[in-house]
Formats: sequence, C-alpha cells, structure tokens
Amino acid sequence: MLNKKDNKKSFISLISVALFLVLVIVLDQVIKPTDKMSMLLTVLQKGSVYALAAVSMNLLNGFTGLFSLGHAGFMLIGAYTYAIFSIPAAARDTVYQYYDAVVRISFPEVFGNAMGGFGTVLGVTLSVILAGLAAALLAYLIGLPVLRLKSDYLAIATLGFAEIIRAVFQWSKLGPVTNGSNLLKSFTRTSSFRLVVGGKTITLATFVPVLIATVSIIVIVLLVNSTYGRAFKAIRDDEVAAEAMGIGLAKHKMISFVVSSFFAGVSGATMAMVLSIAQASNFKAAMTYEILLMVVLGGIGSITGSIIGSLLFVAASEWWLRGLDSGSFLGINAPTIFRNGFRLVVFSVIIMIVVLFFRKGIMGDRELPDVIAGWKKKLAKKKEVASK
Amino acid sequence: MNVMHTVLPYIISGISVGGQYALIAIGYTMVYGILRLINFAHGDVFMVAGLMMVYMAASMPLYIAIPLMIVLTVLLGFAIERVAYKPLRTAPRMSVMISAIGVSYLLQNLALYITGGLNKNYPTIPWISDRITVLGMETTRVTVITPFLTIALVIALVLLINHTKIGMAMRAVSVDFDTAQLMGIKINNVISATFIIGTFLAAIGSMLFFTSFPGIVPTSGGMPGLKAFVAAVFGGIGSIPGAVIGAFIIGICESIIKGLDTILIVSGSITDQIGFATFSDAFTFILLIVILVFKPTGLFGEKTTDKV
Repeated sequence: MLNKKDNKKSFISLISVALFLVLVIVLDQVIKPTDKMSMLLTVLQKGSVYALAAVSMNLLNGFTGLFSLGHAGFMLIGAYTYAIFSIPAAARDTVYQYYDAVVRISFPEVFGNAMGGFGTVLGVTLSVILAGLAAALLAYLIGLPVLRLKSDYLAIATLGFAEIIRAVFQWSKLGPVTNGSNLLKSFTRTSSFRLVVGGKTITLATFVPVLIATVSIIVIVLLVNSTYGRAFKAIRDDEVAAEAMGIGLAKHKMISFVVSSFFAGVSGATMAMVLSIAQASNFKAAMTYEILLMVVLGGIGSITGSIIGSLLFVAASEWWLRGLDSGSFLGINAPTIFRNGFRLVVFSVIIMIVVLFFRKGIMGDRELPDVIAGWKKKLAKKKEVASK
Repeated sequence: MNVMHTVLPYIISGISVGGQYALIAIGYTMVYGILRLINFAHGDVFMVAGLMMVYMAASMPLYIAIPLMIVLTVLLGFAIERVAYKPLRTAPRMSVMISAIGVSYLLQNLALYITGGLNKNYPTIPWISDRITVLGMETTRVTVITPFLTIALVIALVLLINHTKIGMAMRAVSVDFDTAQLMGIKINNVISATFIIGTFLAAIGSMLFFTSFPGIVPTSGGMPGLKAFVAAVFGGIGSIPGAVIGAFIIGICESIIKGLDTILIVSGSITDQIGFATFSDAFTFILLIVILVFKPTGLFGEKTTDKV
C-alpha cells in the first residue's frame, strides 16, 4: 500500500519524467544534425539503449544478486527478432542476398498499410515486444539448468550461452532466417519516425528510443518496488535465510532472469533501431562487460544510478573524450599520443579507479529522489543553524 | 583407413591446442584455488605476452626477446594482482570479479591503442616452427612438442606444490585463508607466487599458441582464456591435473568439431558442408554447462557444502 508521502513522491517523479520527455522532443527539433550539440542527441539515443540494458542487468546483478554475464546474447536475440520482423517485403531479397528468406512478414509494413502512420507505430511496438518475448523465452530455457549454479559459475555459464547464441545466429544453415553472418538492415529505424503537424515535420528520432527506455524502466521500477522486488532483495542478501522465510528461490530467480532478459531483448531491438543495422558480431562479451561497468559506475543496486552511469559512459566515450582520439584534447595538441584508441585507454583507467577506490559507484544503492531529499534536509538544517 | 587418415591430423592438432590451453588453465585454476576469483584478465595477459613478443622480436635477437618477454609478462601478472586485486581482499567477491573484468577491459583497450587494432604477425621462432613429418603427415614441430612440454611443466609444478615450502604454503592458503594467515604464512607472498607461476606458464603458452596462428589482435586472448577457464572448471577447479586433462579434452573435441564437416564427408555420412566449424567455440560452453549441471565440482573437484 502506498501512503500519502510515497504518492506525492511518485507523482513528482512522473511529472519530471514527462517534462524530460517533452524536453527531448524539443531538443530533437532545435538541434540540427550539423550542430556541435548534435552529439547530445546521439548520446541520448545510444544512452537510452544502454540505460535500459544496464537497468535490466542491475535487476539481475544488483537486486537479485545473480551475477549473470549473458546480456549481450539476449540483446542480440532482441535485435535480430526485431529486425527480422520489420524488414519490408520489397527490401527483403536485397538484404537476404545469399539466402532465400523464410520470414517474410513485416509488422510495421502490414499494419502501416492497413492503418497508416498509427499502424506503423503499432507494428513497431509489436516487433519490439516480440523481440523481448523471444529473449525471455530463451532465458527461460537457459535458466532451467543454469540458475542452479552459484555466483562465478553462473557468470561463466551465462557468458558461455551468450557466445553460443552468437555462434548459432551466424550459422550458415540458419541463413534463411538470420542472414548468416551478414548484417540485417533496411528495417524501420528511429529516424523514420516523424510527425507532420500543420505542414511542419517533427522528428522523433531521439524521442522514440528514450520513450521505449523510459516505459521499460518504469515497469522495472514497479517490479522492484513490488513484493517480487522485496523477494529478490531478500535472495540477494541471504539465500538460505530467504528460503527459510518461505521465498521460492527457483521461482523468483527465474522471474528475475526472464524479466531482465525480456528488457535486454527490448534494448537490443532499440539498439537495432538506433543503429539501423543488426549484426551478430557486434554482440560480443565486451558489450556485456561494458554494460556491467556502467552498472558499477552508477552503483550496483540503484536504478537511477544505472541510468546516470550509462549516460555518462556513453557521453564520455562518444562525445567528451572524442578529442583524445583525434589529436587535440582540452586545447593540447599531441597527435602522436592522442591517436585512435587513446580515448578507450583513458576511459578504462577511469573505470578502474572507480572500481578500486569508489566501489559504491556514483549512487551507491540509493535512488536519485532519495539523494535529493537528503540534500533538502541538509539545506534545511544549515538554514536552521544559520538563523539561530 | 581413409577416415582414420582424415581424423588423425585433427586429433594431433587438438592435442597440441589442448596443451596450450592447459598452460593457461593452470593459471586460472591456481588463482581460483587460492583467491576464489575468476581472473578474467588472465586471457588478456596471455594476449599481451604475444604482443610483447611481436614488438621485441622486431628490435632484438630472439634469445634475448624470449626470456625478456617471459620476465615482463610475469611482472605484469604480479603488478595486476598487487594493483587490482590486493586492495579488494576484504571486499565482496563480486567486486573482485568486476575489478578483474575492468583489468581485462583495460588491457584490451591498451593493446588496441598500441597496435592500432591491426593484425600483428607473430615472429617465426626457428626450430619450433619448422615443418616436420610425423606418422606420414606434415606438421610443425611446435605441434609435436607442445604436449610433451606441457606435461613436463605440469610435473615440475606438481613437484613444486607437493615438495617445497612455498608449495605447502599454497596448499594451506587454498584450504583455509584465515587459518593459514594465523599459522604465520604471509598470504600476500603466496598469492603473488601463484600469479607469477600462472603468468609464467601463460607466457610460454602464448609462445606456443601464437606460433601456429596467423596473427594477434587485441581480442585474441579472450576466447583461449575462456576456454582454458572452462577446462579448469571441467577438471575441477583448484586441481592442476584436472585442468590439464580438461584442457586436452577440450582441445581435441574442438579440433575434431572444426574438421567434422570434412570427416563426415570422407566417411560418407553426409554429402554437403553443414558448417559445424561455427560451433567449435560454442561446444566448449555446452560442455561447461553439461558438466556444471551434472557434476558441478568438475571431474576432480572437492565436494563443498553450503554453510549458513
């Protein structure tokens, strides 16, 4: 049951989320692709993809205490499922150059033809949900044997499954479905979303991934705050004690794993939409590691932390530290040192520092509203002291 | 007869690859035995050893480059432990594992920066990369030497662990960390010794492994590393003979799967390529999952029970 204070808090949170979404739409119109600030849009687009991935990984690693490293695999399934069911019929044969495509249905196209713009949105939504479901189904099957394993064994087994998934998707015999080791493209992208209002086009390229991530993260927050979420945390803190309290370990671990994978799938689908390609070779273990580092950066066990962590991670690697790769950084010109790859080195050193010395990450296990409430209290206290 | 003739080369190369995995796997299994940590960076140390060899062989004669490479790799392993794992000794296991992943990420990015992401050709080491003929088929000498060298090193290591003071200390620390400390064992030295032995073997393994490979890229260490870890788990983590046997099994199976298309075509079972080679990496993990589900402690692992 929610009491009044919680109600007020969630109301404020919802309002700020809505304001943020409006801001994103405005930014999308104001910033031209040629502007310097256009990197901000890229960061928001990719950041929301990674934020969703990080939050869903946090649900598993941070809230349930299951150290799983299979995220890239589930994102791959999501990306491919979305791509396969969204390539329009006309482009199908060019994409599947070397194979005879089996799946020939494209939801955005089918619904788009029947109902216009709204239909396309419906079709994309359907494809995205299907992407999540495919990842969740596979997670269920993998979870049956794997979730019985403990900590590091679980990590290595899930890492292994992610590799197997990648191998299967690149297998030439599955070419008619997955296009073998070639990439999938030509499906509905985020940049194809636009509204025409009174002769003016409003692009929604940034809004769409942000919206998908926001809705998904809200669902995860609701789950974490439900009785299930409490059970997850109990399992994380002490498995044996949780079991003694009557929490079904197998059931709750499975729920957490399946839900986390569902959203990993959705984030994979969004990633395909943003990048406008899906290729199995991109979803390597390194991607899982990056997502894990985002979670660590933000604080394990904090959802807002994961979001902040992934936005910072993407912003630093795509935008702020770009100069390290291209010759000059902060006005220093040293092309021999600042060449390709230096950005990632600096970046990994920063991450190592966080891992070693700031183990709690940015947020620890607190959430942003709690932190702000803490600040307010401190300020009020200071004022009180000052007035005395 | 014809089938046997097709299978044999794959088995021989499998044994050789298995020996190389074994040398890496020992590093994993020893570290895990003592610290209960999957040293994710171990595979990348292996890759760095390869890269160091590439750069040093270009500027100095091999008889200096090889020992220097081994010494530097050992130093790297030692430094990684001191910088990234030692401060986290009392931290939860997840933190140490994340630190290991961080180190792996750092080493890969560093390698990417230095090489520019280009494929670096491994120097040809004379004598061991000579072509020779064994059992009527042509192969390189390294293929034949590897298993023997591996077994010799493993025997030396087992002797070290069973009959020297530091070996006894290692065994004590792996049984009970805290009690060993109370008994006056300097665990930091023991842990460093473990890392030094592990990286020494990985450095030798990298020399054997990359000699028969076209080149090194920053991600070259990842897969062999993971496979060696699986080998260690397969054999029962913490057990050195287990890791070696596991590595040989994985090496042979992987090599046969790579050639399964050819073998089946020769034997007449199938007529078309099926593309089993895609699964040569995946197979390792299938094996891992099967063993973890049916015998979670591996072939030679000790049984553990959970205490509240």
